Amino acid sequence: MARAILLRAAASLMVIFGTMALVFVIVYMLPGDPVYQIVDPESVTPDVIENLRRQLGTDKPLAVQFANYMSKLMQGDFGRSILNGDPVLPKIIEHFPATLSLTVCSALFAALIGIWLGVLSAIHRNGLIDIAARTLGLFGISMPTFWTGILLILLFSIRLGWFPAMGSDGWRTLVLPSLALGIVASGFIIRLVRNSMLEVLGEPFILTLRAKGLAERMVMYRHALRNALLPALTMIGVLIGDLMAGSVVIETVFSRQGIGRIVADALTAKDMPVIQGVILFTAVMYVLVNLLVDLSYAIVDPRVRRLKSGGGRL
Amino acid sequence: MKQPLLTADHLSVQYPGKNGLLDAITDISLHIRTGETVCLVGESGSGKTIAAKTFMRLIDYERGRIAAGHVQFADQDLVRLTDKELRRLRGRKIAMVFQEPMTAFDPIFTIGSQLIETILRHQRVTRQEAWRRSVDLLRRVGLSEPEARMHQYPGELSGGMLQRAMIAMALSCSPDLLIADEPTTALDMTIQAQILQLLKELQREYGMAMLLITHDLVIAAEAADRIVVMYAGRIAEQAETQDLFREPYHPYTKGLLQSITAPDSMRKSKLYSIEGSIPGLHDMPSGCRFHPRCPHAVERCRSEVPELTGLNGRLVACWRAEELRHSGNVQARPAVIEAEPMTSERKETLIEAVGLSKWYPLKRGTGGKERFIRAVDDVSLAIRAGETFGLVGESGSGKSTLGRVILQLERATKGEVYFRGEPLTQLSGARLRNMRRHMQMVFQDAGSSMNPRWKAGDIIGEPLDVHESLSRKERKARIEELLQIVGLSPDMADRYPHQFSGGQRQRLGIARAIALNPAFLLLDEPVSALDVSVQAQIVNLLLDIQERMGLTYLFIGHGLHVVRHLSDRIGVMYLGQLVEVADSAELFLHPAHHYTRALIASIPHPDPAGRGTARVIEGEVPSPAAPPSGCRFHPRCPAATERCKLEAPELQEIGPGHYAACHFPA
Ligand SMILES: Nc1ncnc2c1ncn2[C@@H]1O[C@H](COP(=O)(O)OP(=O)(O)O)[C@@H](O)[C@H]1O
Ligand code: SF4
Ligand code: SF4
Ligand SMILES: [Mg+2]
Repeated sequence: MARAILLRAAASLMVIFGTMALVFVIVYMLPGDPVYQIVDPESVTPDVIENLRRQLGTDKPLAVQFANYMSKLMQGDFGRSILNGDPVLPKIIEHFPATLSLTVCSALFAALIGIWLGVLSAIHRNGLIDIAARTLGLFGISMPTFWTGILLILLFSIRLGWFPAMGSDGWRTLVLPSLALGIVASGFIIRLVRNSMLEVLGEPFILTLRAKGLAERMVMYRHALRNALLPALTMIGVLIGDLMAGSVVIETVFSRQGIGRIVADALTAKDMPVIQGVILFTAVMYVLVNLLVDLSYAIVDPRVRRLKSGGGRL
Repeated sequence: MKQPLLTADHLSVQYPGKNGLLDAITDISLHIRTGETVCLVGESGSGKTIAAKTFMRLIDYERGRIAAGHVQFADQDLVRLTDKELRRLRGRKIAMVFQEPMTAFDPIFTIGSQLIETILRHQRVTRQEAWRRSVDLLRRVGLSEPEARMHQYPGELSGGMLQRAMIAMALSCSPDLLIADEPTTALDMTIQAQILQLLKELQREYGMAMLLITHDLVIAAEAADRIVVMYAGRIAEQAETQDLFREPYHPYTKGLLQSITAPDSMRKSKLYSIEGSIPGLHDMPSGCRFHPRCPHAVERCRSEVPELTGLNGRLVACWRAEELRHSGNVQARPAVIEAEPMTSERKETLIEAVGLSKWYPLKRGTGGKERFIRAVDDVSLAIRAGETFGLVGESGSGKSTLGRVILQLERATKGEVYFRGEPLTQLSGARLRNMRRHMQMVFQDAGSSMNPRWKAGDIIGEPLDVHESLSRKERKARIEELLQIVGLSPDMADRYPHQFSGGQRQRLGIARAIALNPAFLLLDEPVSALDVSVQAQIVNLLLDIQERMGLTYLFIGHGLHVVRHLSDRIGVMYLGQLVEVADSAELFLHPAHHYTRALIASIPHPDPAGRGTARVIEGEVPSPAAPPSGCRFHPRCPAATERCKLEAPELQEIGPGHYAACHFPA
């Protein structure tokens, strides 16, 4: 078990390293001189451009550039914003909590709704509830997040005035963006849990449980759901990645603080160091989340726990 | 006499199908009294399990419904009970044991918690009390270290142990009726005997009624007071066990009894077999459902359904039962054949294995040294041209691995295999492929090795395409010829594997294996998954093509009778080693190794008169990763001494052509 965790951690490091290299390729090696993104070559002297190149390090050979780039990253130096010269990493870290709370809230919402409807859907297979839940799920999956967001604003903010449409102060501002994000994810979870439940319900041991005289509630929630959630769990890491990506859009729609906003601003201004920093930061987060999910598998599946403690046969 | 505990009266059950309702069982009437064991016997697909599920109304969960008839349990009308009343009955008054113990437990809860859950569901006791009782039950069903078992997950126990635990769970609330649905089918021979024995003991001890469902008449002979034979969703015949075996009335029962490979069948003779196979739910024949396969069918059988009617104290559903009885049509089994022609006159050796081993590395524990599963450990044997060499042994004893290593499907860890004197283990590439043409195989489930999207013709034609360049016309002709040889009709070449029955798929597998005119066939449990009546058909086919093509077989078997019937010589494997080799007849008459003796003793007798003579070996096969010292059988051997623990016996000739690896051969 310890070996497996180490292996996973090593694999995660590789992914992070790969992302760094990829970002380097995109930012530094693609045609187009980054200097021209900062200044208009027509309006400055070649001297200025030379100077800038030296400052940015783009005058050096590629290999040196790459080595510099990597060693800086390793020291946590993500560079400075081209726009205002602020260091990138502290800025990201400052805005991260807002994005994190949005991601976590929407994930909780999605899990709650998704699991609940997924189970109901499976229990009432092909019944009315199933059809309704599946339609809802399909709706969630196929609607673009920003569109759902706007709809929610229209209904709950402008029409009913229950929740604010923008801002990021207080829990009430969190409700609508979490919903908008969560609805999409819950669509996936409904499908996932439903299929997984149906598969488990077809297993022979379900018949044993019923033959023992257990109440359906016990069969469904104590036994079937726990078995069904195991495969669903691996998907959650992927979903959280999607949610983080989705928050970029949603934060803009709801004018919230957060990483998404930083990206949006940086993109309009072509502020490469910031964009690059955000990409790296989210990649690291994504990898970490997936690592955690893998570890949590051990908590949910008692058999894995047993292996860890060294009991069991073979 | 007391009123029966369970009575089914003209019971019919329907399931929704694609085009309307399907009749799963039709017009079933039977009863079970307290303390009685009734066996429900029939081929798979005949509706046994659905009948059992109906008695617990478990069909409700599969959208099945009782279309007609009644089921009475004690004083309750099972058809009318509400869900709540049913749940009070299930597990408490009627309990069930299932076929596949490996999949019958929830994999993520411990054995203990699943037992306790059952007790707490039906009885007002504390958790501690439920725990204590569970431990007692586990001990009673013969599990060692019951406390430790309570903490184990189902995946950590063997099939035999799980089936014991399942029985413990079924008994936890002292039910009045125990339904056991093929409780031994998924288990090994020796474990089968243990479980059957245990069930019989417990039934007496608890004074319960037992409905034992099996496809195997031999098991029914061993355990039943009364036997109910089902065919295609209907009851064909019902009789006291002794009566049924002495004189079956229904032609189907007769066929089943005749197709049993008895311990005294004439070796290599053709077995009696019922032609065809059991119909599916959507194409039920009219009239008597058995008529397409019945040798006695007349016009009336095709149009009118025979009712189950009383005849000499039993019930039979056949228009001609009485008439056939008087015409003296009842078969007499051939008398015991002792003196068989000795077939083992020295023939040329086709395949020889010398010191063959196959070890699989185990996952390394933290810091430990590398360990191995010794699936095959130092096996030497010679197979002569034209003979059938049988291999028997419990699962995990290494039979399949030995077969695969001989065929070079896997590389040996040590040792050499010679085919016509040529060493094989160093061959590779084209030379190995060329050798392969002469050595082919048929597996237990031939269907799983066929691409489901290929037509039968292409499946058979594949080896031809690889090894021979035939013109389209030649290829087609060859495929049709092969289909005919294995008893399929040439126009089946265009069908897909799933459109064949299990027996037909096995024929297809055989056709593919013989397509290149090989000299040698590895047959790895080719009939184990088939129904009795179909088994006989395949056995006959194998005998037939062996004679026709002069083939040499290595036959790996599960049922000892089938192996005996087909084989000239038999090797017995235990934990990766060959412990005895002898002529087939000799091995059964004078088994020398104590494991062989135990195997033979564990065969239930296909005759109720010989009931209870089967003896049971204790314990289970130890892990091949850590085989016992000395003679690997010593922990289970009744004759073991100190020497057996220390010193591994060598395979020695103890009589002409009879080898055994035992210090004290019997
Ligand atoms: N590919 C494999 N990897 C690891 N262990 C294996 C493998 N194949 C077989 N074994 C083990 O080898 C032993 C013998 O298996 P097998 O030859 O299938 O026995 P049998 O044919 O008698 O049922 C078993 O313990 C089995 O688990
Ligand atoms: S009713 Fe006719 S077809 Fe059916 S078993 Fe009797 S003789 Fe055969
Ligand atoms: S060697 Fe000893 S333990 Fe092994 S079978 Fe013979 S008597 Fe039994
Ligand atoms: Mg095998």
